[in-house]
Amino acid sequence: MSLDITPTLTATEEARRQVEICNACRYCEGYCAVFPAAFAERSFSDGDITQLASLCHNCRGCYYACQYTDPHEFALNLPAALAEVRVESWDRFSWPGGLSRAFQTRGVALAGALVVGIALMFLAIRAIGSAGGDGFYAYLSHTAMVAIFAPAFLFPLAALAVGVRRYWAEVGGTPLRLSDVTAALVDAGRMRNLSGGAAEGCNYEKGDRYTVARKHAHHAVVWGFLLCFASTSSGTVLHYVFDMQAPYGLFSLPKLLGIPGGILLTLGAAGLIALKLKADPALGAKSAWGGEIAFVGLLGLTGLTGLVLYAGTGTALVGPLLALHLGTVLAFFLTLPYSKMAHAAYRLAALARDAQIKAARG
Amino acid sequence: MTDIDRVTWDVVVVGGGNAGLCAAIEAAETGAKVLMLEAAPKTYRGGNSRHTRNFRCMHAGPLSVLTGTYQEDEYFDDLIRVTKGKTDEDLARMTIRDSEACLPWMERHGVAFQPSLSGTLSLSRTNAFFLGGGKALVNAYYNTAEDLGVRVLYEAEVRHITVTEGRFEGLDARIGGKDLRIEGRTLVLASGGFQADLDWLADAWGPAARNFLIRGTPYNRGVVLRDMLDQGADSVGDPTQCHAVAIDGRSPKFDGGIVTRLDCVPFSVVVNRDGDRFYDEGEDVWPKRYAIWGRLVAAQPDQVAYSIIDAKSRTLFMPSVFPPEQADTIEGLAQRLGLPGNKLRETIDAFNAACREGPFHPTELDGLATQGISPPKTNWARPILEPPFFGYSLRPGVTFTYLGLRVDRTARVSAHGARLHNIWAAGEIMAGSILGEGYLAGFGMTIGTVFGRIAGQEAAAHVA
Ligand SMILES: Cc1cc2nc3c(=O)[nH]c(=O)nc-3n(C[C@H](O)[C@H](O)[C@H](O)COP(=O)(O)OP(=O)(O)OC[C@H]3O[C@@H](n4cnc5c(N)ncnc54)[C@H](O)[C@@H]3O)c2cc1C
Ligand code: SF4
Ligand code: SF4
Repeated sequence: MSLDITPTLTATEEARRQVEICNACRYCEGYCAVFPAAFAERSFSDGDITQLASLCHNCRGCYYACQYTDPHEFALNLPAALAEVRVESWDRFSWPGGLSRAFQTRGVALAGALVVGIALMFLAIRAIGSAGGDGFYAYLSHTAMVAIFAPAFLFPLAALAVGVRRYWAEVGGTPLRLSDVTAALVDAGRMRNLSGGAAEGCNYEKGDRYTVARKHAHHAVVWGFLLCFASTSSGTVLHYVFDMQAPYGLFSLPKLLGIPGGILLTLGAAGLIALKLKADPALGAKSAWGGEIAFVGLLGLTGLTGLVLYAGTGTALVGPLLALHLGTVLAFFLTLPYSKMAHAAYRLAALARDAQIKAARG
Repeated sequence: MTDIDRVTWDVVVVGGGNAGLCAAIEAAETGAKVLMLEAAPKTYRGGNSRHTRNFRCMHAGPLSVLTGTYQEDEYFDDLIRVTKGKTDEDLARMTIRDSEACLPWMERHGVAFQPSLSGTLSLSRTNAFFLGGGKALVNAYYNTAEDLGVRVLYEAEVRHITVTEGRFEGLDARIGGKDLRIEGRTLVLASGGFQADLDWLADAWGPAARNFLIRGTPYNRGVVLRDMLDQGADSVGDPTQCHAVAIDGRSPKFDGGIVTRLDCVPFSVVVNRDGDRFYDEGEDVWPKRYAIWGRLVAAQPDQVAYSIIDAKSRTLFMPSVFPPEQADTIEGLAQRLGLPGNKLRETIDAFNAACREGPFHPTELDGLATQGISPPKTNWARPILEPPFFGYSLRPGVTFTYLGLRVDRTARVSAHGARLHNIWAAGEIMAGSILGEGYLAGFGMTIGTVFGRIAGQEAAAHVA
């Protein structure tokens, strides 16, 4: 019988086994984009499973609603099955290969990257030092910062682009149209699926109760991150276009964006970690649990160290604080294509592909 | 746990499915001290209710996810059609009328709805679907009950109710492996039917019943129902009948639920163990016929049948949970299904020869009938010719039993024709009062919600 559960099933095979049961059931149709996408098919290729897995954001509604969870012999646990497929797929797509598994599954690898990043910045400050600039540049010249961070920013983007191309090929994507991209961005922006469909929120840290805590924490992280990013970008524009040098005052654009951004990022990340500690690890990718906690921690640290650095302005601590902050940011960017951060790119790609499929179906 | 046998509870609810939960919530909202005893462990709580997907709801205009209107008379006509008149009109109409207020009540108590599922559009006007299905509904109610202070005990099987001179005084239960005596001022019985007790089924139906599959929970064994009947409680419903449909023969013995449904029959040829056809596969559209196929299959040797289609029909029905057996020849398929190959070949050849040309419409009665064979196939009769051929085994799957406790409009149970002083019943255990025969999709949850709420209110008012 095909439903015999043998431990030799790969993550993709196990997810396929479960999705086929869902396809005969359909009770969870209203929760998220995974189900309508699945129910439009009768059979599922490996690429289809990857696509479905990338549409899932692990809200767990379908687990708690499922009448077939363990100890039932059908042993449904769709959130975990799809999470395992995602973790494996990111490893398959990541370039250079193999790094993703290390950073996703081993928190210690990320911590190592962090230590290395910070040490590098201490070294840079000591070895290169300032070229007689003001503020932060008194510790590390602007040119040196750019020389370090431009590649550290561009390389991950290039690596991610390779990953997304591989994703696109695997799920059978056709050439992108603008409407696919807008559809994906609109979906992602509203985080429509995170709202739990017709219900409110996720079934995350309180078992089968719906709460919006995870949605809010996630929003805080996303907006915090974007604000910090905008802050840095505005600084760059001020520097190059208007020839205005850091440090900037409290009412300057970089600070107006950066301070709330840093606060949101820090609080959001702390919230996500607290929720993850309460939620049942068996409903996610078990192997990636530690790596995910470490990743969110690193994300939060980028915000926190930035805030602390700002608070320490004018004191003797600026040097070490700067090294701490820049080192954290460096570690974050360099590991970005291999950490949970990559999910943002794959998820956008999945939403764009979903829009394509829906449009093709008419 | 130590305190529960030292308290006199205001309301004791037996069974933690939809009906019991509605009763417990209503009672607790008045401030009553409520204890709920659920036989299953927590993971399997919620009985058959955890397998449901919708309830049937009257409405005078669009209501939540429901489209159009569905008025009392149409609803009642639908009920009369399936029960062939075996209903109590007064109770039935009351249930129908009350159903309209249930939907907003359910939403207020945590139940979320979703639009009609893909493949069930025909129900979008009459039936409101629960987001995530019945288990999500059950979870929502348990959370609500817990917030209201209802005490819930799992693995708590009620064995005997003490009724003295028409009055409930207490009950004996086995809770977490220990025998306990529970005292209470009122009692609500919501422990479902007896379909999971195969011995009882076999007594009622004959030994063939041991081969039936039970679609829902293994915990509805009718222990309380029998105990009450033994003490003279008035009964309703045919004790020998159960609602059974034809489901995938490879399903688990219990709790297979909705996914074991097979919708291939109208597009197939169905044979028994000996390779013979025995009934018109195309008599009507499947939703109207799938209930009679349970009995048809139950009447065949070994209580098994086989539905056979060819490649062209493969995608005409909802996907099955188990992939079908498959072969490139009829003989090969017969071998895989354990059927006599020559005989199956003969049956299929005779069927094919009786098919004629004509338009085929899978979603409506198309009149494409066989000529000159018995039994005929009166719609969708297309020859089984294109390999690969597919086969599914079919077995009777029992949904519920009809025998139950007779109740009045206030859900009160009676014995020897007199109302019991402080005992009410709701859900499957009394559904026979309204559903004497057949089944109307979504009506089980409606009965449970309406009567569960009434029972909870009445019991609470009794102790107030
Ligand atoms: C597969 C399937 C699908 C269905 N789909 C639908 C649908 O979509 N819509 C619909 O309206 N109806 C549907 N039905 C019918 C519906 O399930 C029932 O009408 C309804 O659930 C009955 O609710 P209830 O609370 O009376 O019983 P249940 O939900 O079965 O609850 C009875 C509870 O009592 C407990 N119990 C039993 N004996 C004892 C004891 N001795 N002591 C303590 N506890 C005990 C059981 O553990 C159980 O939890 C379906 C049925 C099945 C099997
Ligand atoms: S997760 Fe369970 S309840 Fe939901 S669609 Fe799948 S099988 Fe059905
Ligand atoms: S966990 Fe949530 S997002 Fe993922 S498939 Fe289930 S309902 Fe959809």
